[in-house]
Amino acid sequence: MAQITLGKALNEGLRKSMETDPKVLIMGEDVGKLGGVFRITDGLQKDFGEDRVIDTPLAESGIVGTAIGLALRGYRPVCEIQFDGFVYPAFDQIVTQLAKYPYRSGGHVRLPITIRIPFGGGIGAVEHHSESPEAYFAHTAGLKVVACSNPVDAYFMIQQAIACDDPIVFFEPKRRYWEKADLDTAIHPDPLWQARLLREGRDVTLIAYGPMVKVALDAAAASDKDGGPSLEVIDLRTLSPLDMDTVLASVNRTGRAIVVSEAPSNCSIASELAARITEKAFYSLEAPVLRVSGFDTPYPPSRLEEEYLPDLDRVLDAVDRSLAY
Amino acid sequence: MGGNAPTPAGTAELREPTELVQLLTPEGERVTHPDYELTLTDEEYRDLYRDLVLTRRVDVEATALQRQGELGIWASLLGQEAAQVGSGRALKPNDFAFPTYREHGVAISRGVDPLTLLGLFRGVSNGGWDPFEKNFGLYCIVIGSQTLHATGYAMGIQRDSSDDAVIAYFGDGASSQGDVNEAFIWSAVFNAPIVFFCQNNQWAISEPLERQTRIPLYQRARGFGFPGVRVDGNDVLATLAVTRAALDRAREGSGPTLIEAFTYRMGAHTTSDDPTRYRLTSDLEAWKLKDPLERMKAFLVRQQLGDKDFFDKLDFEAEELAVRLREGCRSMPNPSTDNLFANVYVEGSPLIDEERATFQSYLASFEGSHGGSH
Repeated sequence: MAQITLGKALNEGLRKSMETDPKVLIMGEDVGKLGGVFRITDGLQKDFGEDRVIDTPLAESGIVGTAIGLALRGYRPVCEIQFDGFVYPAFDQIVTQLAKYPYRSGGHVRLPITIRIPFGGGIGAVEHHSESPEAYFAHTAGLKVVACSNPVDAYFMIQQAIACDDPIVFFEPKRRYWEKADLDTAIHPDPLWQARLLREGRDVTLIAYGPMVKVALDAAAASDKDGGPSLEVIDLRTLSPLDMDTVLASVNRTGRAIVVSEAPSNCSIASELAARITEKAFYSLEAPVLRVSGFDTPYPPSRLEEEYLPDLDRVLDAVDRSLAY
Repeated sequence: MGGNAPTPAGTAELREPTELVQLLTPEGERVTHPDYELTLTDEEYRDLYRDLVLTRRVDVEATALQRQGELGIWASLLGQEAAQVGSGRALKPNDFAFPTYREHGVAISRGVDPLTLLGLFRGVSNGGWDPFEKNFGLYCIVIGSQTLHATGYAMGIQRDSSDDAVIAYFGDGASSQGDVNEAFIWSAVFNAPIVFFCQNNQWAISEPLERQTRIPLYQRARGFGFPGVRVDGNDVLATLAVTRAALDRAREGSGPTLIEAFTYRMGAHTTSDDPTRYRLTSDLEAWKLKDPLERMKAFLVRQQLGDKDFFDKLDFEAEELAVRLREGCRSMPNPSTDNLFANVYVEGSPLIDEERATFQSYLASFEGSHGGSH
């Protein structure tokens, strides 16, 4: 079994999808000869040709808008948005067209389009390269939203997303692109719409997704090592729809929940989880659901991102606050 | 800045074009054009006129239905019948049309039942027809979005090595949208088999053409790297000939064409609009003399292609269609509560399932209670 980075796992997953289904196309800025600015599509144009791996003009609305037309013609486009902060020019096509066209058609149209977005901070980038815009898309009916956190999921989830007949916004934790894991491509993957219990614990449930899963796991390990509270960790994986069964089963055991996310907390995935947990597990809760998140500011200049991004200490501080109730 | 910009040199050319492809004068006289020949059978001439008459009758009826409270709103195409029927008739069955929300004439010429179009305006659906049945896309209300879908579809045609072609409809207002300009760029760069068909009806709700452009719209194509042509949009023959040539050009791999169909929105933007607040009736009077139906009728009479019997029968057919629309519209069932939750996702969603179940049990809680039946 080979060690593989998250980025390479995505590349292998894309390759597998293209081999399996000739209708799968990749389109985006610099995805061809360059292989994408993060090299996620490296080598694919060389092997599948310029008709299937399309270097597009620099126009994000055009990327998604033409993908819709290609899907109407029977293709299965995978769009790469180069960075999280570049998705907004495509926002209208995603929200008013991609999300709503199948509903508008009364079931006559399906738009199996995957929009890949590298998201989150921690790479010392300039403005617009470190954002977490997932809530905008989770808020929009007609879209499904997922986030992978590790190489194994990256490999399987991208293939599952491409095979899905609904439009999916696929978030990739860009600062984890270079992290490695063993990948056994022969295993039977979990369904795309399931959260995963990564670590069992008795006292508090930590819920995270994308780049924050590692932070939550590190916090749980540190607490364990120090003889602190026993922390359970869930990787959400699917952000819309949420897998509340897995979340509630855990919270009903521990009685406490903390959501860890880079996004600003106001009207966020974390907020949604807090509301739903409160509605469905009220009598199990020993403390309010807490959120450890980015701040409700624009993403700061990179010299401040260590302060902005939730880290192990902020997570453990929230654990203490939860246990103090 | 702001307010009134200085009058550009080409303003006259915007509204009183000298370059305009025409095959039928407003008086119904057949003229020739060096670049656009058109030979039709007598039956084809009559069919075009039939489409024009039926289209106008549908439009007039729908406006009446809105006034009677049967439709929430209607977007009238009055005055644009020839632009729509001519371009629609230029398409082959396998070609695909991407409309705005005003292309009722294109729908009719594609064979879409006009009754189906009313569902959206009555509020019983957001679209309602199968786009693949007649290769006629769903109405797009956000201005210009569909031009990118059309471009993508045309890129798909290229990958299928097919000789199908695409037509993307939009208006003078939409020509200012980023999506339309992106569609121009993409189509040019990929040499996509597409015809951009701009109905320049000179008004975007209350905003005149001068608020969208300082040069004639068809001239913009040149900057994007493909040909543009302006056609008399009230001349069904010229519109047919020009669109057919552009589609042929797309089919043979020569890429996109921009057609500006020069016409005039004789009615309001929609039934909610009041054009007396922003435009002169004298303009309207001048355009009445260029009516697309009158000139085609004059041509048929002049050429002895239609006698009284033909016109009487056509009027009767139009009246029958209007009755069918009226009755069909009034008896159109309201969608069920299930429709609210249906087709949000192809593969379903537990969130939608839960909300549907919760709402249904909420509704069921009223059953049998005093005065609260749903």
